[in-house]
Amino acid sequence: MNLRRTPEEERFRDEVRAWLAENLPRDGGRPAFTESDDMGEWMAFLKRWQRGLSDAGWAGIAWPKEYGGRGAGINEQLIFTEEMARAKAPNLINISIGIELVGPALMHHGTEAQRRRYLPKILSAEEIWCQGFSEPGAGSDLASLQTRAEMDGDYFIVTGQKVWTSWAEFSDHCILLARTDSSAPKHKGISCLLVDMRSPGITVKPTMQITGETEFSEVFFDGVRVPRENLVGEINLGWTVAMTVLMHERGTSAIGYQIRLRSELDELMELAKSVERNGLPASDDPLIQQKLAQSYIEVEILKYNIYRGVAQIARDGKPGPESSIIKLFWSEMDRRQKAVAMELLGLRSQLVKGSKHAVDHGRWQRAFLWSRAGTIYAGSSEIQRNIIAERVLGLPRG
Amino acid sequence: MDFAFTSEQEMIRGQAAEFLRRECPMNLVRRVMASEHGQSDELWGGMAALGWMGLVFPEEYGGAGLGFVELAIVLEEMGRALAPGAYFSTVLLGGLALMEAANEEQKQRWLVPLAAGKLKATLALSEAEERFGPEGIALKAERRDGGFVLNGTKLFVPDAHLADLIICAARTSGASKTDEGVTLFAIDRACDGLKLTPLKTMDETRRLYEVSFEQARVAPDCALGNAGGGWPVIAKILDLAAIGLCAEMVGGARRVLEMCVEYLKTRVQFGRPIGGFQALQHRTADMLLLVESAKSAVYAAACAAGDNSSETPLLAAIAKAYTSDAYAWIAGEGIQLHGGMGFTWEHDAHLYFKRAKADEIAFGDATHHRARVAEMIGLTREAGIPDQEKVDQEKVRSAG
Repeated sequence: MNLRRTPEEERFRDEVRAWLAENLPRDGGRPAFTESDDMGEWMAFLKRWQRGLSDAGWAGIAWPKEYGGRGAGINEQLIFTEEMARAKAPNLINISIGIELVGPALMHHGTEAQRRRYLPKILSAEEIWCQGFSEPGAGSDLASLQTRAEMDGDYFIVTGQKVWTSWAEFSDHCILLARTDSSAPKHKGISCLLVDMRSPGITVKPTMQITGETEFSEVFFDGVRVPRENLVGEINLGWTVAMTVLMHERGTSAIGYQIRLRSELDELMELAKSVERNGLPASDDPLIQQKLAQSYIEVEILKYNIYRGVAQIARDGKPGPESSIIKLFWSEMDRRQKAVAMELLGLRSQLVKGSKHAVDHGRWQRAFLWSRAGTIYAGSSEIQRNIIAERVLGLPRG
Repeated sequence: MDFAFTSEQEMIRGQAAEFLRRECPMNLVRRVMASEHGQSDELWGGMAALGWMGLVFPEEYGGAGLGFVELAIVLEEMGRALAPGAYFSTVLLGGLALMEAANEEQKQRWLVPLAAGKLKATLALSEAEERFGPEGIALKAERRDGGFVLNGTKLFVPDAHLADLIICAARTSGASKTDEGVTLFAIDRACDGLKLTPLKTMDETRRLYEVSFEQARVAPDCALGNAGGGWPVIAKILDLAAIGLCAEMVGGARRVLEMCVEYLKTRVQFGRPIGGFQALQHRTADMLLLVESAKSAVYAAACAAGDNSSETPLLAAIAKAYTSDAYAWIAGEGIQLHGGMGFTWEHDAHLYFKRAKADEIAFGDATHHRARVAEMIGLTREAGIPDQEKVDQEKVRSAG
């Protein structure tokens, strides 16, 4: 056990660092990728950026070469993600759905034709994916989903409604779970389909979030025809596909969250020196010092949790449900950290973008609101605790 | 980078766990607790036979020359077993102090028998004014007749009654409250003028003593290292000891969680095992999160200590802050989840609860270490409001 980088790892890191220094888009020396209010404009920028990464072989570092990847290991993936975050480079677009969900689903359960057709275009960002899992009546209890897919010759006819679908407006494809056998027990009648988002019968209705943004949508399917060849894995075994991808290690992307949390903390520490409480810098207040130090401690430990998880995967080749611990940890600490940010800013913490006196264009209140999403999406904190108790600790099912 | 244990390290863990399962079951722990001295010679002899006292010391002193990570592994298993006795005080306090501060002749004289399990030692640091920095050391050592005379009182000295050698931090020069003028002395427990008074504590697996010195004469060759230059060494030992203690705490926390999970699977109420109730499941999930995160913190700190990295103080403070909170909370849940049984003397939950409390406050609690983290990451102002103590130090320096 050690925390020393090998010379090969250092060479790889230097290579990533040099490429980023050369290729990060800049405008007169300043970073030229401030997130735009216009989602379409921002998406177009991200696609161009990822195309460059992909051409240089940086997208899909641990993916096999035949699908456009680099064919390297999880350690290289970790280093790459760290360097991207450290350079504050815009993240890979569609990473949480296309790269980390559709990718493993097709690599584990897809046909060779599906892999060749879809995987390279995920890495090059030519095609964007969304995820059609949750429904109004199927959130944490995902297996109770009601969207139907009925066979009609060489097609499935899909009818139903999905919710909380991120990036639906900008997506080319959707990885969908639908019921193909309503007489079977609920986990055994579900199939996984790849749906072209331009198919007739699909309606996307953006949903406004508590931040005022519309990153996710409701998606309605009304008799949508999906070719049979778009079935992933076997019919009625879609639950297995869903579990593979939901359990798929997100350890290397968690390092991205870790570095974001760390860099936000660094900014908060600076902020604490510039804002005043009772006529003195807030950073002189021992209570504020304790809270910021606690956040620092948690963020650093998150890093070592991730390193340990990654080293275990590199050894066993297999992720376990322990990734639930990492998800639970970062999402909960994000909430604690943003609460400290709000406390630091006092009355000004409530001011939103565009308001007079707003600090940093209201970014901390936006981050504060967003921190309420992390403990809900991709399996709420409560679901993560169920998984830990039942699958890791082996307690009886509730 | 490979932040996973090697197969050799896994083997060390397996052997340690197996030895402690056989030689240090809970009925032995309870027997030793009830005994006068809180020590089992058989257990000590078994550990010595395995080479544990010399594990981390170089081969030239009869040690095995293994690293701090290996030491942390063994400590973790000892904490899990709630192993009683003078291992921690001898190796982590006495042994590391000798390793860091003693000259060659002193190492041959004391470290060699210590590494062989033939000499026990401890460190006397705390005093009535409870502070963990150099300002906490006021016990006076005056030069007289070519040697030193010590006067003063040390508190909370672990296993002083078992130690052949008591290593004591004293002031040989300099104004009190500065980091200069602190010297470490290796003192024979049988020395005239040295008096031990047992302190009765909650955690009976580990004994604490008041050690007082009244005109105690100490030979000049018992001073370790440069006279007056002892504080940096003590600061280093405190970091290493804190990391070692955290390893024990992680082991204890693991054991409490194991006991709870076992109980929740078998205890039936309302017609079903209570482990099926989410209110309790979620508590155990949070316990596991804390255990795993504390492990990561401790292993990272142990790696840094083994590499003699400049990050060691920060990682030690991170580990001690986090693990102190984590073990205290987990050990409390250990009582709560066992219900009425958990509040009985017969059940082991309280033994871990008491050890967790003692460990939490040893070498500084979470609040103390968070304040250290705040200082090390630059949150406190060095150049801000002039600190009266620092001004005084400057005056002493320019005058001296």
